[in-house]
Amino acid sequence: MTSNQRLQAILITGRTIDQGVGKEKGKTSKEYFDGVAICHIDPADLKKLGVKGNVNVQISTIYGSVIVKAVESPRAPHPGIVYMPYGPWANAVSDPDTDSIGMPSLKGINAEIEPIGDKPVLSLSELLKSQFGKEPYALH
Amino acid sequence: MKNVSDHRAKKIDVSGMIVMPGGVDIHSHIAGSEVNTGRLLRPEDHFKDSECKTSVTRSGVGYSIPSTFTTGYRYARMGYTTVMNPSMPPLEAKHTHEELNDIPMIDKATYPLLGDWWFVLEYLSQGNIEELARHVAWMISSTKGYAIKIVNPGGLEAWGFGHNVTSLDDQIPHFCITPREIILGLCRVNKLLNLPHSVHLHTNNLGKPGNYATALETMKCVEKLANGEKPVLHITHCQFSAFTGDDWRTLGSGAEEIAKYLNGHSHITIDMGQVIFTDTTTMTADGPFQFGLYGLTGNKWVNHDVETETSAGIVPFHYRKKSFAHATQWSIGLELALLVKDPWKIYMTTDHPNGGPFTAYPKIVAWLTSKKARKATLKKINPKARSRSLLPSIDRELGFYELAIMTRAGQAKALGLKHKGHLGVGADADIAVYNVNPHKTDPSKEYKKIRKAFKHAAYTIKSGRVVVKNGEVLTPVEGATIWLDVKVSDPFKVTADMKRRFREYWTVEYDNYPVTDHYLEISQPIPVKADV
Amino acid sequence: MPYIESVTCPVCGCLCDDIRLRIEAGKIVEVKNGCAMCESKFLGYCGEHRLSKPLLRKNGELVEVSLNEAVKKAAEILTEANYPLLYGWSSTSCEATRVGLELAEEVGGVIDNTSTVCHGPSVLSVQDIGIPSCTLGQVRHRADLVIYWGCDPWSAHPRHIERYTSFSEGRFEKSEWKGYLSKTKALIVKKKIEKALKRVFARQAPSLSPSVRREPPPTLFKQGRKMIVVDVRRTRSAETADYFIQVEPNKDYELLEALRLLVRDEELEVEEVAGIPVAYLEEVADLMIRCNFGALFFGLGLTMSRGKMRNIDAALSLVRDLNTRTKFTIMPMRGHFNVSGADTVFTWQTGYPYAVDFSLCYPRYNPGETSAVDVLLRGETDASLIVASDPVSNFPRKAAEHLVKNPLIVIDPHMNATAQMGDVVIPSALVGVEVEGTAYRMDHVPLPLKKVVEPPEGLISDEEILRKILSEVRKIKTGKTEES
Repeated sequence: MTSNQRLQAILITGRTIDQGVGKEKGKTSKEYFDGVAICHIDPADLKKLGVKGNVNVQISTIYGSVIVKAVESPRAPHPGIVYMPYGPWANAVSDPDTDSIGMPSLKGINAEIEPIGDKPVLSLSELLKSQFGKEPYALH
Repeated sequence: MKNVSDHRAKKIDVSGMIVMPGGVDIHSHIAGSEVNTGRLLRPEDHFKDSECKTSVTRSGVGYSIPSTFTTGYRYARMGYTTVMNPSMPPLEAKHTHEELNDIPMIDKATYPLLGDWWFVLEYLSQGNIEELARHVAWMISSTKGYAIKIVNPGGLEAWGFGHNVTSLDDQIPHFCITPREIILGLCRVNKLLNLPHSVHLHTNNLGKPGNYATALETMKCVEKLANGEKPVLHITHCQFSAFTGDDWRTLGSGAEEIAKYLNGHSHITIDMGQVIFTDTTTMTADGPFQFGLYGLTGNKWVNHDVETETSAGIVPFHYRKKSFAHATQWSIGLELALLVKDPWKIYMTTDHPNGGPFTAYPKIVAWLTSKKARKATLKKINPKARSRSLLPSIDRELGFYELAIMTRAGQAKALGLKHKGHLGVGADADIAVYNVNPHKTDPSKEYKKIRKAFKHAAYTIKSGRVVVKNGEVLTPVEGATIWLDVKVSDPFKVTADMKRRFREYWTVEYDNYPVTDHYLEISQPIPVKADV
Repeated sequence: MPYIESVTCPVCGCLCDDIRLRIEAGKIVEVKNGCAMCESKFLGYCGEHRLSKPLLRKNGELVEVSLNEAVKKAAEILTEANYPLLYGWSSTSCEATRVGLELAEEVGGVIDNTSTVCHGPSVLSVQDIGIPSCTLGQVRHRADLVIYWGCDPWSAHPRHIERYTSFSEGRFEKSEWKGYLSKTKALIVKKKIEKALKRVFARQAPSLSPSVRREPPPTLFKQGRKMIVVDVRRTRSAETADYFIQVEPNKDYELLEALRLLVRDEELEVEEVAGIPVAYLEEVADLMIRCNFGALFFGLGLTMSRGKMRNIDAALSLVRDLNTRTKFTIMPMRGHFNVSGADTVFTWQTGYPYAVDFSLCYPRYNPGETSAVDVLLRGETDASLIVASDPVSNFPRKAAEHLVKNPLIVIDPHMNATAQMGDVVIPSALVGVEVEGTAYRMDHVPLPLKKVVEPPEGLISDEEILRKILSEVRKIKTGKTEES
């Protein structure tokens, strides 16, 4: 099987306990990065992509694209649905349209997933810099 | 006046004007959970009425449920300086107090809702009045409250499962007790605790045709507790409890019967709950009543039940002149005020915002002081309601002294607020000046002039400072929050008992329940020594 | 005194106030009763991610400055801006929000809280329909049917079920915790058997069909409390439920309206709705009507997916209709610990719960126009003040871009993504840990936040920082009027 398969899916963003714990620990913490810069993919979909899990994938929507780590979903089955915890990585690809009521559309976005090989997941600072072109604060 | 230096005191020329103590409102929903949910529910209510920020005042919105700052300014502009907030769910007392802090210009107090509190129901069913009294004392002091408020006794507990009670002798589900026993029991508690105000009651069956009978039965049921001149029960917004008839078509006025009873007894006081023809927002702790109102109007409906204590409901409402029922309600309120002979027994309110916003008080002043004003409105109302109204047969027109009693002196006396409602020694320097010459103006004929004068006080003086001049806020001041520090003989016994049951009853911890001093910007405790 | 009792946990909208903390040498060393997020907050609050010094961006880089300099710069930015955005508020105290509103009014800006991107649509729906609700204790004492729709309490509000609903002990309804334990044990055994079978029949791994059409199990008709979870995914909470309804993505509205029809005894002339056979839905509707007290909790699964506020309209209407048949209540699962409080303070001061615009000297409210994401997407703001929030993480990228492009003031205890992008960054003491305050639980019950340890040196509360900025703004403004 080749690893160049692409998957059309519906992207849902939401909370996870790891995201919650990481957020309380600190947005620059490793816990937060590990809990948030990921996506949950159904095992059947992983099969379609020709990968096992714990590999980096690129998620693209018409609003942008981002690289995160794909993990096998602990909440399967939900074929065709890819789940991302809230965070800057998810928001790089989410739909800003508020339908004139102030609320962007953060659930149910059409997305394309593809394995990306060795390309790394950007750290928070790298992601911010690449997105906004402003120098993030170096904590240490 | 004592100890006022003649040359340092500021002098104001008020010759040819009416000088009264600052207005006192015994019942007006201005703060707390249900009021604020009403604000949130109705952006459309605010769009048409906003107030800009000025160099001295904060911005805000009206209309029927004004934001906090606007509430304070609007009361002060009418010469009011003291307002009682009548329904506070004890669990959410901190919210009420946080809002009261943001209401400038007036002194205020608030009544915790206690009629359906599980402790009340349980101790009463055991017949343990003294123990109950100690717990009520704990509750009033812990929530920084001022009086015992009862709403549709028993009905709110029943509403917890979607039911209601319909008579004073209905059994309250799960508690083996009746509304009559709650009212009697808490009136006894009130006496044991020596609270300054009587029990403050919103009757059972409120808002239902034929309910005047329930109101009369309620008044009679506490007759035996009569205590000289001191009233034992205040029936609030009595208009809503003074309906005859079997349904909305046969609705009529029970004002005559109620007034007759009041004229013959002195253990009861009431307030009007006058209806104003306007768009407003109804909000009470009477959950089942509000649900009924939703059924009647189909308007948006909020319900908010509070664990172990009470409930609440909100429904927007428009009182229309052309509606038979609404016009009849309008008439009933005025009939009550005019047929009760002694102005010390009935007070002017709209049960803000239930009958209409408090800003309509000047209209009521005109109706009470001028038959001509009443006639002008009568002409415009539903013809069937007009033909049944007692108003054309009533000639009474209140004088300014009677008006002063109904709008401040009487209310202060009923509340037991010794420093309010008069201008004698010991009174707070809360004064309202209205630009009407009582010797030259005949309120009966020139009611429009009176209405205008009472809308914008010439001066409002709060604690000795001129805060309003010609209806404009000059100086924003903070008012105090008045509460009762009820002292019982053995407070620690109560605490131990409360602590034991706390986690079973509530979802918050004992330590986090009371309203601490932190929540009162200006705290004015009144110590009360209880007999238990 | 080894323990501090009855501490309120400043993490999620549950606002559990029974936390016990052990303090040693001015540090929290042990957390009792809390969930994983609570422990993470109380034990990790003072980690390396904590901000300790005010920062100012000079020549493109954030450098340490004094508090006074940072406050002055912040006040200058806000005074000079034509249309500043003041955003955040859901993770600070009501006391701070009070000052924030005064500041927004003073500078004529637009002020919004995080409701705008969580339960904003719920608020809009409530303004259309109303809401039959209650405090959580009412659910604990009375509810015999609990429904979680589009929310995952196990992950987002970990103690919700245990403290307030199915696993709590009420006066009229008892905890289902024991039943759940035995069910879980049975499930583990079942899984073991399945695994064994899988080994034997390796090729026929039991695969579930995409839309899991689970029939309502018999347990749903037992005595005692019942719990139903409706979600697009089989969440942790779904595994706890007596019945899990897996709705197809973006089909919540259809499902809610179908239930509304069934509750009104109407016939549905289709086989299935949102992937669920109508026959099963009939059972569910029947259960809703027959319960003594039902409680529906809903989350962002409804407010954020297609339909947004219309989904909430349907949910609120369903529950309102149910009240003609029985007692039923509904409540949004508010996320941040004081988002309810922010709405509450906004409302009492301005009449509106969020998205309030002061640019015309009086409060104006029109979500979609005056809401944070919209003013950013339209590129209207020319400066921002962010308090206790992280919009650079939480807003869609396009909105965040405009935020970052203009002068950005951040008040936060932690170095989050927004602070990293900030131009003025003022660290604050952590409310509920180092300073006290008030917060409102998701059911509007106000609770005190405690101070349990001393803040790091030099750090003051959000409220105090805001007061300093406000007084500085007033100084600049009076200076200007005097000049002219």
